[in-house]
Amino acid sequence: MAIKNEHSLGRRIRKNAVSYAMMAPFMIFFIIFTVLPVLAAIVLSFTDFNMLQTPGFVGLANYQRLFTADTVFITALKNTMIFAVICGPLSYLFAFFMAWLINEMPRKLRVLLTVIFYAPSVSGNVYFIWTYLFSGDSYGIVNGWLMQLGLIQSPILWLTEPKYNLTIIIVIQLWLSLGVSFLSFIAGFQGIDKSQYEAGAIDGVKNRFQELWYITIPNMKSMLLFGAVMQIAAVFGVGDITQALGGGYSSVNYSTLTILNHIQDYGTVRYEMGYACCIAVILFIMIVLAKKLIFKLLKW
Amino acid sequence: MKLRKERRSVFGTVMLALVLILFAAFMALPVIYMISSSLKPPEEFFLFPPPLLVKTPTLDNFKDLGYSLSNAWIPFERYLFNSILISVSSTVIYVAIAAMAAYPLAKHQFPGKAALNSVITLALMFTAAVLALPQYMILSLLGWIDTYLAILAPSLATTMGVFLCVQFLETIPHSVLESGRMDGAGEFRVWWSIVVPNIKPALFTMVIFQFQAAWNANGGNVIYSEALKTLPAAMTQIASAGIARAGVGSASAFILMIPPVLVFILSQSNVLETMAHSGIKD
Repeated sequence: MAIKNEHSLGRRIRKNAVSYAMMAPFMIFFIIFTVLPVLAAIVLSFTDFNMLQTPGFVGLANYQRLFTADTVFITALKNTMIFAVICGPLSYLFAFFMAWLINEMPRKLRVLLTVIFYAPSVSGNVYFIWTYLFSGDSYGIVNGWLMQLGLIQSPILWLTEPKYNLTIIIVIQLWLSLGVSFLSFIAGFQGIDKSQYEAGAIDGVKNRFQELWYITIPNMKSMLLFGAVMQIAAVFGVGDITQALGGGYSSVNYSTLTILNHIQDYGTVRYEMGYACCIAVILFIMIVLAKKLIFKLLKW
Repeated sequence: MKLRKERRSVFGTVMLALVLILFAAFMALPVIYMISSSLKPPEEFFLFPPPLLVKTPTLDNFKDLGYSLSNAWIPFERYLFNSILISVSSTVIYVAIAAMAAYPLAKHQFPGKAALNSVITLALMFTAAVLALPQYMILSLLGWIDTYLAILAPSLATTMGVFLCVQFLETIPHSVLESGRMDGAGEFRVWWSIVVPNIKPALFTMVIFQFQAAWNANGGNVIYSEALKTLPAAMTQIASAGIARAGVGSASAFILMIPPVLVFILSQSNVLETMAHSGIKD
């Protein structure tokens, strides 16, 4: 539709008043609790806000402190990057291949399998069960069985020992990662036009792996991008399980501290809001950059 | 038809099924252990080697859960009431405002449309956890800390539902909407009588995702009053007591898990129909 030049922006906005009115109720919440928090964090990251006094402008001091004086932040950055680089691609591939495997099974089994794989991710703090499995005494299932088999002599403090705890939490995060993106993949597989496979067979597609590579994946491009966005959100937002299972900001040698835990430490424990906002801004930037990078990689 | 069937060997399907079973075991075992543990009497947690499954099942843990959550002031029902109140109101309000916002975002032409849609897509990555701290500052500015609103209001700002609803609406042909317009109906009327009945799968999906998110909301950082705490917050306190309370902890995790899983099972076909349009076109 061509928009005539004489229609000023103001007139066009007035003409579409009903569109804005319908969006308004949601947009009010969206602006106050999503847009404004991001903007407020950016502004306050240049201040020494502490929730009590009027914030004073400190320029780049918070950022300078973050990168030059805060060695704990470097640990948090390292741990978060480990999550992003290992857990991100693994959970993404895990969700994709499980969705594919389920789709290769007879129809009647699919619903049951989908529920089994999806259940952990929908159930709030069900991950607590892993603290009993990896309990640091001989009553924990893992310790008990390894001792029974004679593989270890004494119980291992799985969730406290820096040698093991981050790895275990990555496994738990994988267990929790079959969420919305997994459902999107399942739906994507089901939505592919079956006649394409027949056409492919005539063109010489020989087995299900070739089918997957030449027909299914190109057809699911938009789902794959959506799934990437979801997994980026999940890996950079890791914090609840590192805090609850591994100790997070109070873990030995900060071995399970993520950037999010570092924000929680400064924001909700020390009330150094200006500094916590500065860390949050770095996290926001990392998320946006990760999305840009992944989309570049996935565009074929 | 024949061509494709021939290429799919039974042997191949069996091999893939074996791989799938292996992963399904990884997914299901902790859940099975949780259910089994919720039925264990306390002494079974202190056996060596620790048994995976319960030997003499009992419902004591579920009874205990009621007791341990009922300190002198706050009965168990109070936490349950808080959780249900917050989950139901969050779900009802969100589905209404998100479905209403999605209609112009998908079907109207207005200045700023493309920008709003891309901000909404970008915001998919800013999860509740990532936004928690700046949201806390806004909530405290509004004086909403330690009220139901501290959990409810931020839960209405998520974009997943709006995003899915816009994507779903884009598949509905304009001609369907035009027929309503010709009868002289206003846009709000068109939305209510034509759009809403046509996007039922998307509405169901929003109900599920929003209910799950709100039901699991802990609110530990924004709610201090015991009487306003949610069930997950109360249960986190029990679970943190370690293996001595493992039976009660498992029982609580089990109870928390039932509503979202049940809701999903009942409406999974609607969810998959909606998710079929969930892709990001870039």
